[in-house]
Amino acid sequence: MAMKVYGDGMSACVARVLLCLHEKETEFELVPVDLFACHHKLPSFLSMNPFGQVPVLQDDDLTLFESRAITAYIADKHKDKGTDLTRHADAKETAIVKLWSEVESHHFNPAVSAVIHQLIVVPLQGEKSPDAAIVEENLEKLGKVLDVYEERLGKTKYLAGDSYTLADLHHVPYIYYFMKTSHAGLVNDRPNVKAWWEDLCSRPAFLKVSPGLTIAPVTN
Amino acid sequence: MAGIKVHGVPISTTTMRVLTALYEKGLDFELIPVDMKGGAHKQEPLISLNPFGQIPVLIDGDLTLFESRAVTEYIAEEYNDKGEKLLCQGCKKLKAITKVWLQVEGQQFDPIASKLAFERVFKGMLGMTTDPAAVEDLEAKLVKVLDIYEARLSKSPFLAGDCFTLADLHHLPIIYYLMGTDSKKLFQSRPKVSEWIKKITARPAWVKVLHLQKQ
Repeated sequence: MAMKVYGDGMSACVARVLLCLHEKETEFELVPVDLFACHHKLPSFLSMNPFGQVPVLQDDDLTLFESRAITAYIADKHKDKGTDLTRHADAKETAIVKLWSEVESHHFNPAVSAVIHQLIVVPLQGEKSPDAAIVEENLEKLGKVLDVYEERLGKTKYLAGDSYTLADLHHVPYIYYFMKTSHAGLVNDRPNVKAWWEDLCSRPAFLKVSPGLTIAPVTN
Repeated sequence: MAGIKVHGVPISTTTMRVLTALYEKGLDFELIPVDMKGGAHKQEPLISLNPFGQIPVLIDGDLTLFESRAVTEYIAEEYNDKGEKLLCQGCKKLKAITKVWLQVEGQQFDPIASKLAFERVFKGMLGMTTDPAAVEDLEAKLVKVLDIYEARLSKSPFLAGDCFTLADLHHLPIIYYLMGTDSKKLFQSRPKVSEWIKKITARPAWVKVLHLQKQ
């Protein structure tokens, strides 16, 4: 039976999982969850993910949540097909992939998701205007992270080395949304980061997933 | 065995996470103190080892790693056959569920709990004042996470299942600091969470890490 992913393709966290499934050439079924109708807060959904968030993955009797745990599971289960996303044959390379995955998790994601939340999610909720101070503070943090990436990507083609891995993949959905804002210069003004992004968004798996990333941010 | 070196300090939560994993595995290592007050972590030679200017940094032979949770995973896998098991052995299902709860700590628990520990504990150490409104807001968010933990720990003794794993270990340093503050009430009022904390803080490896702070 094909894996089931519960969520909507416009969610960055769901897109993270879909990218991984495509890179691994793995069949799956996308089961829509109506976030606007708050179906992710219903008891039937909470029994799968008590944190009430998408995505959820079901693979036979296994139910998983947290997108980065799901991608790690898919990459491990199908390590012998598709793109090698974890460099599993070499313990040192595996460790470096995990290192840059943690960098995405704890340095890149908090800053970029705070900006996206203000410029995309807040306007959708319709009650308030984006908080300019939060945007500015997080753009500054994001700039510092991207400075580190600029230097790193001057030495290696991808973050964990010369191969595309989960460490790169995890960034893709939020960078895609970020590039739709008026702050895309943070990426475009850094030549190595720009070249890396252009490579990531030319991959066939991305071209399959990006049509689902439909939310448009407020331009300011 | 290559000589493992850790650049860090015993009061740092992230250093404590790595040292706990090393002690769990019974591995020899050298803790190289970092002059945090003097900004050594933002200067050479450390800034070349971790461009984010943070501790800890682990060196094992020709491998240099940072980000404490990447370091502990490396230790758990590379030295799987030594000392205590830090990842559930056996079936892939358990391995996958461990990954879920590792992410839960990193994505749901830590962003709130570490800010709360900063307000309650580390601001004081830095001569800053705790913000009561921030504490109230963070505690309100943390209880929602702890309610989920309470339900989870009613089903299994540890977060990933029947065995202690990195998913439990990663919580130790921040919980330790919060249990020394008024925020302890959030944990103590939840019986299963309380029981879990007693179990994981009694582990000899953790006791050794606390002992390092006293030296």
